[in-house]
Amino acid sequence: MSVPLTLLGLLEREPSHGYDLKRDYDSFFGRGKPLPFGQVYSTLSRLARDGKVVISDVAPGSGPDRKRYIITDVGATEVEQWLTQPVDPEPHLQTVLFAKVVLALMLDRPAAEYLDTQRSAHLHRMRELTEIKRAGSLVDALLADHGLYHLEADLRWIEMTGARLDALRKEVRR
Amino acid sequence: MSVVIEARDVEFSFGQTPALRGASLAVDAGEIVAVMGPSGSGKSTLLHCLAGILVPDSGEILFDGTKVHAMAETERSSLRRDRFGFVFQFGQLVPELTAVENVALPLLLSGVHRKQALPRAQAWFMRLGLDGLEQRRSGELSGGQAQRVALARGLVAEPQVLFADEPTGALDSLTGEQVMDLLVGAAREQGTTVILVTHEPRIAAYADREVMVRDGRVNAPDRIAS
Repeated sequence: MSVPLTLLGLLEREPSHGYDLKRDYDSFFGRGKPLPFGQVYSTLSRLARDGKVVISDVAPGSGPDRKRYIITDVGATEVEQWLTQPVDPEPHLQTVLFAKVVLALMLDRPAAEYLDTQRSAHLHRMRELTEIKRAGSLVDALLADHGLYHLEADLRWIEMTGARLDALRKEVRR
Repeated sequence: MSVVIEARDVEFSFGQTPALRGASLAVDAGEIVAVMGPSGSGKSTLLHCLAGILVPDSGEILFDGTKVHAMAETERSSLRRDRFGFVFQFGQLVPELTAVENVALPLLLSGVHRKQALPRAQAWFMRLGLDGLEQRRSGELSGGQAQRVALARGLVAEPQVLFADEPTGALDSLTGEQVMDLLVGAAREQGTTVILVTHEPRIAAYADREVMVRDGRVNAPDRIAS
């Protein structure tokens, strides 16, 4: 999660005080990890230094900070570029799980049991996310789904790897 | 929690082909358990044995301490009708009946008078977001609507155990999850135990725990405290 870009995005919606930005960030993106006030203000200072936001006025706000920040054209362009560029697909070709399976096979350890344990841990996390989804708002569901689909992809890999263990064993123990 | 339904060392073959090779599973009252496994692993056969649809070649099926495997067909039929509910992959609604009659069917078969059965069935339509569809026949319902009707039919008689075999298998992801949300919500509300066969992890994640069936045996991971 890019904090500067997310704050810039919130500012494109409307000019805001730091306190309001923190509140909205925590509400939509923080998810149990609230943004420290110090980080909000230091990020806004850097954005101002780089010409991406300006301080419009000093007016009464909801919190101690009275400065109101407005996004500049430079900042808006950066948000636009960030939103339109695809996120790196990150193929994760060297995951910890992959390394564990290969090593387990090399060392003649019970790779299938390790995969079962991992499957169980994945499903446990999926249950937690499903509960968040069931109990929360649509925004919560959107975030939980993102995690759920990624975990599901891992589980498909676990199933496929489990089905190929005998062949893999022969290959890595040559 | 006490065990409500249990398979002990169950073996079952289709002709010469073994489907279950010593499968054991105990499910607590009110628990929702997902039975997972690859195609052909024996998970549906296990469900059919637990539900008294199939009789194991050896081993035991116990429901509330009663030996289901030793019952005569008529007794098992009564058990399925009065104590169990079912939801299958394709709703399998009776096409000649209206939606509300389909939901009322288990009650009517149990001898509940139509005058009492239909209002009880009707109450499920509001609960599952189906109000207004009571008089439609299965051909006039979308897949998601038909499956919710099937879910209502499975739960209307307040069964002790609901057997759900790939209940979302024919639905798109969003509709499938809506059906699961309703299934879990309703089952928890009335304390129904659910045995859910699925190969989809996102569907299994609605359960309290999962077991894996592989080569006709059940591999139940240690329960992780939540």
